[in-house]
Amino acid sequence: MSANPWNEERLGFLIGLLRPAPQGWVEAASQLPRLRVVLDDLVERAQADAAFRATLIADLEAALAREGIEPRPHLVRELQTRLS
Amino acid sequence: MTSRLTDAELVARCREGDEEAWAELVERFSRYVYAIAVQGFRLSDHDAEDVFQEVFARTYERLDRLREDSAVRPWLAQLTRNLCVDRLRERTRVEPTEDIETGADETLAELDLALDVREALEALGDPCSELLDRFFCRDESYRTIGEGLELPPGTIASRISRCLVKMRVQLEGRNDGPAASGG
Repeated sequence: MSANPWNEERLGFLIGLLRPAPQGWVEAASQLPRLRVVLDDLVERAQADAAFRATLIADLEAALAREGIEPRPHLVRELQTRLS
Repeated sequence: MTSRLTDAELVARCREGDEEAWAELVERFSRYVYAIAVQGFRLSDHDAEDVFQEVFARTYERLDRLREDSAVRPWLAQLTRNLCVDRLRERTRVEPTEDIETGADETLAELDLALDVREALEALGDPCSELLDRFFCRDESYRTIGEGLELPPGTIASRISRCLVKMRVQLEGRNDGPAASGG
């Protein structure tokens, strides 16, 4: 009597709801463990060396890029927050 | 990347510092988190990216606080939801209306079901998994898929249909089908 809840049309609809997130977002999130190590290291060095800190703060994006990290906005903001 | 690790096993490995497990956890839930932000709360790409990254950053930092490893999925959903609401509040500078949250909750229930279906899809493995993903999630035509596989479009259509039947059988075998609803 009850309709099949898993009919093919409904399945196709449900499959289509979960589209892939942009690849760059997924890669950035996947690299979090390595990013944490790099960010921790940058902050630690900045705390120990005022000149390094000044250079870092002058251009956060370049500093991340030098470490081989794409300076995505959320990373730049996080580094900024941790240095302030 | 497909593995048969349960959510709980995956979380346990992440907690041990296994970077591959972490990448797999992100892969497993990336579509879900993305869909909640973009479909559930209709965030802009910019806001959705911020929420997406924040969700995984907090998850990474707080895995130790998860009471049950198997609860990572609802935990992620709730975290994403909360961050989306925060973002809407920042944008509108007013409390979100109940309408927004109610509408989002309805979508979230649907997305939760979609994630069940996604898990079943991945359990089916290739070629079904790839065929259905390319057709329904990436909007590739029968012709485009067929060109890549050197098969005529009609064959792709019939294979997709057969894969959906296999999937239906698999889901029905779980005896926990969804409440019948539209869609």
